[in-house]
Amino acid sequence: MSFYDNPDALPPKGVRPPIIGPGQDLGTVTDRIGGVVLTRHTPVFWIIIFAIAAMLAGMLQTAIGYLLFKGVGIWGINIPVGWGFAIINFVWWIGIGHAGTLISAILLLFKQSWRTSINRFAEAMTIFAVMQAGLFPLIHTGRPWLAAYWLFPYPSSMGVWPQFRSPLIWDVFAVSTYFTVSFLFWGIGLIPDFATLRDSAKSLVVRRIYGMLAMGWRGSARHWNRYETAYMLLAGLATPLVLSVHSVVSLDFAVSVIPGWHTTFFPPYFVAGAIYSGFSMVLILAIPFRYLYGMQDFITLRHLQNCAKVMLATGLIVAYSYGMEVFFAWYSANKYEWGMMWNRMAGPYGHYYWMLILCNIVLPQSLWFNRVRSTPWLLFLVSLVVNTGMWLERYVIVVVSLQRDYVPSSWGMYWFTKWDVMTFVGTMGFFTLLFFLFIRFMPAISIFEIRSLLPQSKVKE
Amino acid sequence: MAKKNDTNLNLIPASAIKPASLDLDGVRRKLADAKGPKYWRTLEELSNEEAFGEMLEREFPRQASEWLDPVSRRGFLKLAGASLALAGLAGCTKQPLEEILPYVRQPEELIPGKPLFYATAMPFSGYGIPLLVESHEYRPTKIEGNPDHEGSLRATDLFSQASILDLYDPDRSTIPTHMGEGTSWGAFVGEIRSTVLAQKAKQGAGLRFLTGAVSSPTLGSQMHAVLQQFPQAKWHRYEPVHRDNMRQGSKAAFGNYYDPVYNFAAADVVVSLDGDFLSGAWFPGFIRYARDWASRRKQPDKQPMNRLYVAESSSTTTGMKADHRVAVRPSEIEKIARALAAKVGAGGSGEQLTPEQQKFVDVAAKDLGEHRGKSVVVPGLYQPAAVHALAHAMNSALGNIGQTVSFIDPVEIDPVEHTQSIRELADDLKSGKVDVLVVMGANPAYDAPVDLEFESLLKQFSEQSGRVLIQLSCYRDETTEYAHWHMPETHYLESWSDVRSYDGTATIIQPLILPLYGGHSMHELLTVFGGQPASSGYDLVRAYWQTQHTGADFEQWWRRSVHDGYIANSAFPVRQVSARTGAIPSSASAPGGGIEVSFRPDPCIYDGRFNNNAWLQETPKPLTRNTWDNVAMISPAHAERLKFDQLKDQNDHQSDAQNIIEIEFQGRKVQAPYWAQPGHPDNAVTLFLGYGRRKTGRVGSGYGYDAYSVRPSNAQYTGVDSKISRLDKQWHVAVTQGHFNLAEPSNKDFSIDQREPVKAATLEEYRKDPHFAAKDKVTQENEAPGPDETLYPDYRGSNWYKQYAWGMAIDLNSCIGCQTCAVACQAENNIAVVGKEQVQRGREMQWLRIDTYYQGDAANPQAHFQPVPCMQCENAPCEPVCPVGATVHSTEGLNDMVYNRCVGTRYCSNNCPYKVRRFNFLLFSDYDTPSLKLGRNPDVTVRSRGVMEKCTYCVQRINAARINSEKRGNGPEDRIRDGEILTACQQACPTDAIIFGDINDPNSQVSKLKSDPRNYAMLADVNTRPRTTYIGAVRNPNPELESGEKA
Repeated sequence: MSFYDNPDALPPKGVRPPIIGPGQDLGTVTDRIGGVVLTRHTPVFWIIIFAIAAMLAGMLQTAIGYLLFKGVGIWGINIPVGWGFAIINFVWWIGIGHAGTLISAILLLFKQSWRTSINRFAEAMTIFAVMQAGLFPLIHTGRPWLAAYWLFPYPSSMGVWPQFRSPLIWDVFAVSTYFTVSFLFWGIGLIPDFATLRDSAKSLVVRRIYGMLAMGWRGSARHWNRYETAYMLLAGLATPLVLSVHSVVSLDFAVSVIPGWHTTFFPPYFVAGAIYSGFSMVLILAIPFRYLYGMQDFITLRHLQNCAKVMLATGLIVAYSYGMEVFFAWYSANKYEWGMMWNRMAGPYGHYYWMLILCNIVLPQSLWFNRVRSTPWLLFLVSLVVNTGMWLERYVIVVVSLQRDYVPSSWGMYWFTKWDVMTFVGTMGFFTLLFFLFIRFMPAISIFEIRSLLPQSKVKE
Repeated sequence: MAKKNDTNLNLIPASAIKPASLDLDGVRRKLADAKGPKYWRTLEELSNEEAFGEMLEREFPRQASEWLDPVSRRGFLKLAGASLALAGLAGCTKQPLEEILPYVRQPEELIPGKPLFYATAMPFSGYGIPLLVESHEYRPTKIEGNPDHEGSLRATDLFSQASILDLYDPDRSTIPTHMGEGTSWGAFVGEIRSTVLAQKAKQGAGLRFLTGAVSSPTLGSQMHAVLQQFPQAKWHRYEPVHRDNMRQGSKAAFGNYYDPVYNFAAADVVVSLDGDFLSGAWFPGFIRYARDWASRRKQPDKQPMNRLYVAESSSTTTGMKADHRVAVRPSEIEKIARALAAKVGAGGSGEQLTPEQQKFVDVAAKDLGEHRGKSVVVPGLYQPAAVHALAHAMNSALGNIGQTVSFIDPVEIDPVEHTQSIRELADDLKSGKVDVLVVMGANPAYDAPVDLEFESLLKQFSEQSGRVLIQLSCYRDETTEYAHWHMPETHYLESWSDVRSYDGTATIIQPLILPLYGGHSMHELLTVFGGQPASSGYDLVRAYWQTQHTGADFEQWWRRSVHDGYIANSAFPVRQVSARTGAIPSSASAPGGGIEVSFRPDPCIYDGRFNNNAWLQETPKPLTRNTWDNVAMISPAHAERLKFDQLKDQNDHQSDAQNIIEIEFQGRKVQAPYWAQPGHPDNAVTLFLGYGRRKTGRVGSGYGYDAYSVRPSNAQYTGVDSKISRLDKQWHVAVTQGHFNLAEPSNKDFSIDQREPVKAATLEEYRKDPHFAAKDKVTQENEAPGPDETLYPDYRGSNWYKQYAWGMAIDLNSCIGCQTCAVACQAENNIAVVGKEQVQRGREMQWLRIDTYYQGDAANPQAHFQPVPCMQCENAPCEPVCPVGATVHSTEGLNDMVYNRCVGTRYCSNNCPYKVRRFNFLLFSDYDTPSLKLGRNPDVTVRSRGVMEKCTYCVQRINAARINSEKRGNGPEDRIRDGEILTACQQACPTDAIIFGDINDPNSQVSKLKSDPRNYAMLADVNTRPRTTYIGAVRNPNPELESGEKA
C-alpha cells in the first residue's frame, strides 16, 4: 500500500515540482482546507486514530499517577545511571519541537515561500512536542510537587532563589520561553484563518466560536499591515530561540564533568540534531496527512523534497559531529574520554551505538537520490528511521555515558521498566491526540498564506 | 545503672569518647606482559577476548526478561521488616488514646538532646566484645567500642555495630507461648514447678540444658549450682562455629585446654595457617589483633613493617592482605604445616609439596627462623587439631611463646568440645533419657550437625507425652516449632549479665533499656531451676561478683567496674606452657580424592543468628560484594572446567545471574549459586553458613541456601570427597560492585590499570620513590593539577576555610575490608535498607562503600580494599549543577546536603565522578514501625522519598563538637581539638585506617597523614580537589619469593 498517486508522479528530469498543485484558485483553497474543519462529517480514520491516541494518553495518565504515588523508583534509573528514559524523551521531544519554529521563523525571514504549506502544522507539532517534552523534567524529579515551583524564581518569603549556575534552571527559562513564543507565533498566524472559518461557517455556534478566536479580524489593510509587522517581529524573536533552546538543553550535559557529556561542541551538534529530527517528524506527519485528506495539491512533492534536503544537510552535520566526538576522544589522549568512546562502541550498549550510526548516518544517505526524495512512502520510512536514530542518540549520550564513568567499581547497567515504556509511548499518544484535535478543529494549512501563493494573488506593480 | 559520665567517681575521662591515641594461561601471559602492578577485579576482566561480543548478544534479552519479571516490584513490597515491610499496616491501625506526661523532675544527668554513654559488652560466640553505647533520652542508638578496654580501643566489628538493630527488630519474639498459645512468664514459672520437682526426685536424670558457648561467670556459677542440685543433669553446648579444633589442638600440644592470645604488635613475621585473624569477630580478639597488625604497617619507613604469609583453603580478606599467600585445599594445609614445622625445627619430617608450596614453605621458614621470638604462627579454627598442635610446636620452637603468643585458661566456662557435646545430647534424646530439655540461646533444629537429625529428634521428643522442651530465644525460629514453652529472650542491651573478652577480662553487661518485649535473660530462666533465691538479673550478677570481690569497698568497686566497662585486673594470667615434643599424630581427614568442601561462617550474618538483621544482610560481603545471599565459592579454573560462562554470568553489575551448582557431600546434596572466586583453591568449594532459614523474621526469610543441610558432625569445617555438578538453573545474586571487563587488551586506556583508583607499591619501590602514589602512571608527573590551574577564584580568597577545614585520610595499607565502617555509618546516619531487588537495580543506600580491586594472578591475587565515602571536593562537581541549591559548600569545606530543599533531579549524582551519592528512589525509610523509631539517631534526619543523600563527614558530630568548643570560649585554645570529632566510620575502624580532622591544624593527625609522601587523591587529574585522600598501600614481599612469583 503506498501513498503513491497521480499528483506524486515524478516530474520530468530538471523540472521541480510546483509548490502548489495546478488548478487551485482562491475558492478551492479555502474550501479544501477550511472544509476539513467545517465539515460535520468526521472521517472514520480520524475516529480510530483518535481513539487509540486517547487510550495511550490514558496510559500516560496512569503511568504518571503511579509515579506520583510510588516515586521515580518505578523506572529503571539507578546509581550510576541517574537519568534514563525521562531525560532521553525530553531531549527527543524538544528536538522534534525544533522544526516548527525553524520553518515558521527562519524560513519566513529568508522568504522561503514553500514553507507556507507546512508551517501551520509544523508549529502545532512544535507546541505539542514541547508540551510532551516539558512534562518530563517535572515528573522525573524525586519530588515533583516541589520542583514544580522551586525551579522558578518566585519571591519566596525566605529569600531562597533557584541556583542560577545550574543548567537545569537555564532549561526552565529556555523551554518556557520557547513554548511561549512558539505559541504566540502560532496563535497570531491563526487569526486570519479563524476569520476565514468564521466567515464560511454555516452554524451559528461555530461562527461564534471562530469569531471569538479571530478577535475581530476584518481583513482591512490596516489589519494586514499591523499583522505583517507583528508577525515579522515575532519571527525575529523566535529565530534566536531556535538555536538557543537546544543549545541550552545540550548544556545540561556539556556543563557536567562526565566523559561523553563534557564536550564544548554540544550546542551546534544538538541544534543540528534537533532540526534533523524535527524535519523528519514534519514528514512523518505531513505524508499521511496529505494522503488522508487529499492535500497533495498543497503539500506537494516540492515540500517533501525540500524537507528531505534539510534533513540531508543537518544529517551530515550530525554525522560530522559523531566523527568529531570520536576524534576528540582520541586526540585528547584522555583516558576517561577514550574509555567512554570505547565503551560506546564496544561496551554492553555498543549495539545501540551502531544502530544509531545506521539510523542517523547510513540509511539517510539514501536521500541523496532524487527518487527517494520524491517517493513519499520511502521518505516516510527514512523519517521514521531518523527519529528512531535520534532517540537512540540520546540514549547513548544519557545512559551510556553515565553507565561507566570514572571509577570502575561504580559502573552499572540500566534496564528500563514497563513504566518507562508506558510513559514514553503515552506521550506519543498524547501528542497524537493533540495533533488530531488540531487537524479537526483548526486549519492545518495556512489558508491565507496559501492563497498568497496562487497566481491570482500576484499583483503586478 | 552506673553511667559512663558519673561524676561521683573520679575515674572518668574528660569526655566519654576518648580521643584516640590513636582461562588462566592467557591471563598469566597478559599479566606477564604488563609493566608494574596490574589491577583487576574479576577473572573475566583478565581473560576476555570476546567479552564485548558476549555482552552484545546478551543485552536485549536481559531487558526483556527484566521487563516481565513480576517479582521486582512486588518483592520490594514485602521487603525487609527493619526497613519497609508492613509499614502501611501500622499506619492503618487506629492509635489508642494515650496520655503523655512531661518530666516533673528532670532525671539526673539527662539533658534532652545530649547523649549519655554507657559501657557494656556484647556476648558473641562465647566471647565478649567491649562496647560503649550511646543513649539518647535512655534509648540506645549507637554502638561504639569501649576506648578504655584493651580488647576494643574504641573499635568494633560489624556484628556489634549492627546488633542495635536486633534490639529494635519488630520481628523479635514478643510473647511467651505454651504449645503455641500465648502465656506469661508467671504462668510458666508456676506450671513448670512440678516438672522441676519431678526432676529433683530423679536427681535431674532427665534434665538437659543446651546453650551456646558461655563465658559469663555468673551464668557459669548459676549453672554449677543447678548441676549441684541436679547431679545427673547435663549441660550441653553447641556453637555452630565452635572451637573444637582449637581445643583438641591445645590438648594435643599442651595436654590441656588453653586459649591462645596473640600479640601481633610484636610480630615481625606472621604465618597464618587458615588463621583468618583479619576477617571477623569469630576469631577471638579480632578487633585488637587487627589494630596490632595494622600498627606494624602504617609507617613503613619509621618502623619495620611486618610480613604476613598466609596459607589458606578459601579466599578470605586475611589472605588477600597477605604479602605472600598460597591457596591450597583444606587437607593440604596440614601438609604445609608439617613441612614448615620440619623446617623451623619443631620436629617431624617434611611432606611432598608442589614446587610453589615448597617455595612458600622454604621462604616462610627462613623468615621465621630469622625472627625468633618476633614471629608467630597462627592456626585457624577450620583446621584440624594437628595443625593447631603443629603451630604451637612451631611457636614453641621459635621462642615465640610468651613473646608474640601466650596461653591462658579458656575463657569459655567449663570448655567442652561442642560437636561431641551435641552428639551426646542427640544420643540421650534418641535413647529417651531426656525428660526436660532447656534450650537457651541456641537453635539446634537449624544448625546442629545434619547427621544427628536433630530436628526429627526434637519432633519425636516434643510429641511424646510428659516431655518438656523449654526454649529461651530472641526469635521464634526453627526450634520454636517443637518447643512446648517458648520464652522471649532479652537482648544484651536489655539485661544484666557479664562476659569475658578474648583475654579473660570480665565486663559487667549493663542494660540500657528495659526489655522492649518483656523478655527474660538466661540468668532469670535458670532461677526457675532453683539455683538461687534472687530472681532479677541485676541481683544475680551483683550477688555473684560480691562473692568474687569481698572487700568492704565492694560498692565502689562495683560502680567502678560497671562504669568502666571492665573489671580491673580480671584478665586471665598467662600460663607457662611448653609444647610437648614428639610426633603429632596426623588428623583423621587424610587427603582424599574428589573435591574438598569447607564450611565457613558467613562474613556478614555469621552462623545465621544475624539473619534477620537487614543492615547485615545488605552489607556487601567482603571480596564477593554480594548481598542478601550466600554463594558457593569455587576456583575460576574449576568454573572453567564446569563450562560455566563466567563472562556471561558475572559481567554486569547489580544482578549477577549465577548458575546453580549441586554439591554432594556424604550422600547429601545442596544447591547453591556458584561463585568463581579469584584466589580460591582449585578442587575445593567453600560453603557459607547461616542462610536458607526455614523460620525466621521477615527480613531473613527466603534468601540463600542452607549449608547446614550438608554439614555432618564428622566434617564440621572441612571434608573430602564431595562432588559438584552443574545445574541449568540460575540464581540472581545482588552484587554492589560491578563485574565488568576492564582490562580490554585492545584498549589499555580503559583498564583499571590506567585509572588506578588504588595505588600500591612494594616496600622496595616505595623506598625508591616515596611519592609513587601521587604520580600518574604513564607520565610520571604529578597527577593533581596545580592549585593555580583554574580560572576561578579560590575559596580561600573569599575568607573561607579560615576557621576549620575538615579533611580525611584513609590508609589503604591498614584497611582490611571488614565492612565495620559501612555498618557504623548506616547506624549513625539512619541509612535505610532497600532489599535485594533494589540492590539488584543498583539502588543500595550505604553511604560508605568499600571497593575491592585485585592485583596479580587470578589463581592467587592480592586485593586492595578502598573505603569510599563522599570525597567532599573543594571543586565539587555536584554543587553547581543543582537547580535549587540543595547541595552547597560550607565555609569549612563540606559539601552540605540540604534534604529539605532537594527536589531530586539526580544531576548531582550524575555529575559525581566518584558516584558516592545515594538517592531515595522510593520511600526506603520506614516511617511507621514504632520500634525502629526508637533506635534512630535523633541528630540525623530520616530521609524521605525523592531526596538525594550522601556522606556528611558526620556533620552532626562536628556540630556537637563546635557547640562544645564555643562553650569553652572563643580563644585559639578553645578550638575543636584534634580527635574531639571522630566520624562514625573512623570510630568503628578496627585498624584505625580512617583519620578525620582539621587540615588547617598542621599538628592534627590528619594533616600529618596527608603530608605523608604516599598521600594521593583519587581521580586527582579531574581536579575536584577532594578533601578525602588515600595513603597508598605498601606491600612487604619477601624479595626471595617476589621474584619467583612475578615470573
